[in-house]
Amino acid sequence: MDFNHTDERQMLADMVGRFVTDNYDIESRHHHAASDVGYSQEVWGQLAELGVIGALFDEADGGFGGTGFDIAVVFEQLGRGLVVEPFLAGLMAGTILAQDKNQQELLDALLSGQSVVALAHGEPGSRYSLSHVETSATASADGFVLNGNKAVVISGDSADHVLVSARLSGAVDDAEGLSLFIVPRDADGVHVRGYPTVDGYRAAEIALHDVHIGSDSLVGEQGNGLALLDKANAAGTLAVSAEALGAIEVAIDMTLEYLKTRKQFGVPIGKFQALQHRMADMMTEREQIRSAVINAAGHLHTDQRDWHLSCLKNLIGRSGRKIAEEAIQMHGGMAMTWEYAVGHYSKRIVMIDHLFGDEDYHLKRIMTLGSAA
Amino acid sequence: MDLNYTSEELDFQQEIRGFFAEKLPESLSAKVKSKKRLTKADCETWHAILNDAGYLNAHWPEAFGGKSWNAIQRDIFDVEGSAFGAPRVVPFGVNMLAPVLMAFGSEQQQQHYLPRILDGTDWWCQGYSEPGSGSDLASLKMSAVREGDHYVLNGQKTWTTLGQYANWIFCLVRTAKEGKPQQGISFILVDMDTPGVEVRPIILLEGTHEVNEVWFTDVKVPVENLVGEENKGWTYAKYLLAHERSGIAGVGDALAGIEHLKHIARDQKTDGRPLAEDPLFSARLAEIEIDLSAMRTTNMRIMQAAADGAPPGPEVSMLKIKGTVLRQSINDLTRRALGPYAMPFVSEALDVGFNEEPIGPDYANPVSADYFNHRKTSIYGGSNEIQRNIISKMMMGL
Repeated sequence: MDFNHTDERQMLADMVGRFVTDNYDIESRHHHAASDVGYSQEVWGQLAELGVIGALFDEADGGFGGTGFDIAVVFEQLGRGLVVEPFLAGLMAGTILAQDKNQQELLDALLSGQSVVALAHGEPGSRYSLSHVETSATASADGFVLNGNKAVVISGDSADHVLVSARLSGAVDDAEGLSLFIVPRDADGVHVRGYPTVDGYRAAEIALHDVHIGSDSLVGEQGNGLALLDKANAAGTLAVSAEALGAIEVAIDMTLEYLKTRKQFGVPIGKFQALQHRMADMMTEREQIRSAVINAAGHLHTDQRDWHLSCLKNLIGRSGRKIAEEAIQMHGGMAMTWEYAVGHYSKRIVMIDHLFGDEDYHLKRIMTLGSAA
Repeated sequence: MDLNYTSEELDFQQEIRGFFAEKLPESLSAKVKSKKRLTKADCETWHAILNDAGYLNAHWPEAFGGKSWNAIQRDIFDVEGSAFGAPRVVPFGVNMLAPVLMAFGSEQQQQHYLPRILDGTDWWCQGYSEPGSGSDLASLKMSAVREGDHYVLNGQKTWTTLGQYANWIFCLVRTAKEGKPQQGISFILVDMDTPGVEVRPIILLEGTHEVNEVWFTDVKVPVENLVGEENKGWTYAKYLLAHERSGIAGVGDALAGIEHLKHIARDQKTDGRPLAEDPLFSARLAEIEIDLSAMRTTNMRIMQAAADGAPPGPEVSMLKIKGTVLRQSINDLTRRALGPYAMPFVSEALDVGFNEEPIGPDYANPVSADYFNHRKTSIYGGSNEIQRNIISKMMMGL
């Protein structure tokens, strides 16, 4: 066993980390988040140029990474800065586009930062299910017609293309019959209602009314949608969990610093054993989470992938929330303010529980999958 | 032991239900139930309705025009009010300052301020915490220096809830630097229109403006605004905090929160069935109900043990911890019940006049913001860590 990253991957992590430290303080983050598109196109372009998007994909697909560890180190660093640029959408959509050589042009545009593609899969009634799709696709003379509603599409309002899951056949929850279609955002019948999320990101409700698309809009094989979604979902789960780890690291560092400097009763509050022990528990949980990220990253392409991902995501929901709440509690009122950064880290950590299945969703999945190995 | 209400208590419950059914405006309860933001005028409207009915100060002693309600009557009013969606009474005047004035204020102060609290002439806010004095409140620095028939105040208060609406503030100030920090504190009443008082907003992490900084620069306050004796303010401050904590268990609000959560859980579907039928979710909800059931009785036991009108003892710290943590766990489970729709948050949708379609279910928008906002409850009013210190020192002698 070897728990060190390769030199190249460590350099990647250091580079992203340095960029975040040098260019992405909390004020600029809020500024980007409050802009019309909800992120900085300049920063997105710079990070693309540095190869940070490319690091998420395999060489065969035009990238230079694409392993679980590449995804994990990049998102951990993005989490440290609460980076709002559309990396998650890019990872999810790119993972699917990479499965179809006909989509290489759009994937190249995504990798170079020219294009933002969002995955529009969730629906108002789907919760965390991958197979629950009501949106319909019907064959037409020269392609397909899409109808349906997509919910909480991450980066859906700033994307130029939307990757839509739709059902050509089968009942709502059937695993069979799903396909993926690439739709230009400005296509007739695509209605996008963008909005902010409570943790400072952007998402959208997308309604599709008789959206006519050509036969070349089908991504991958017809009816094979669930397998593609599954890949994207796995990559996304790992990514947001690693992002949470990065946010947890900063929240703990800030809390530790506060305990050393904030004085009450004539001493730094870190002198109180009641707080010391809780801080020690937070550190321990952080390392548990780091280990779970390593396990999941290492198994992203093995048959134990789902078990490790669910262990990780359950921990993020359970211990991550605890850390986020304790970071606020130990800061006291300061952490309740918009002005002080730690509350924003806590918000992100807790909201990640709502992406790709929460603590209980993954607990149930572990119960279903049984014990590992 | 008898866990049933007496016939008098049942009659009282009917009276209170009748009041809420008749007098609580639909426009207000709708806002409360949908967690819209209440305006200053909303708070004033409800304050006036309660005052007209004699319920605003029903917990005051009869000698001061109240009805000397006991713990059970207060609990019934709290629980029924929450169930009907009544706004929370802004507590700073009627529940916090008034008991201090009744116990320690001069007759002149009582006659002047108490009616103005009731008729809404004065909106009070609390000047306790300072940037360097939170949990360690007694270390407060804001100074009051006697000059002739005035005190001159300099310093800063913070976390002043709804200070943006207030015209008066009661402050703890330092009038002596000798001895223990607790010994040099005085309790003084300040007209916020006095030159040198400045209110600056603090925006909370979910974007709302509830609390403020209040700055004092050479603020001249007449000596007759001092409550009780100079340098005895710490005694009055603790008396006030004990009263502040007497409703802290938040039983009515927790019950209403659980009902709301159950409504959401019946509406949300997971694996094709209502979330309410999901075994894991049901288990989490059941744990909360177990805790709340016990807390209701703990609350009543502690409140009844306190003699007529007297503030409860250190036991109330247990209620502060249990009540806030329980409410936070309801908020947490409500957030989780929403699934992905916990994420969208359109702040403007909390204001009346927002007419766009909700994003997702109509109950979704405020939930996560509320979850984050409620993290404050285990921090304010004496953090839960301070409450544990009180329990271990005062109740267990550790």
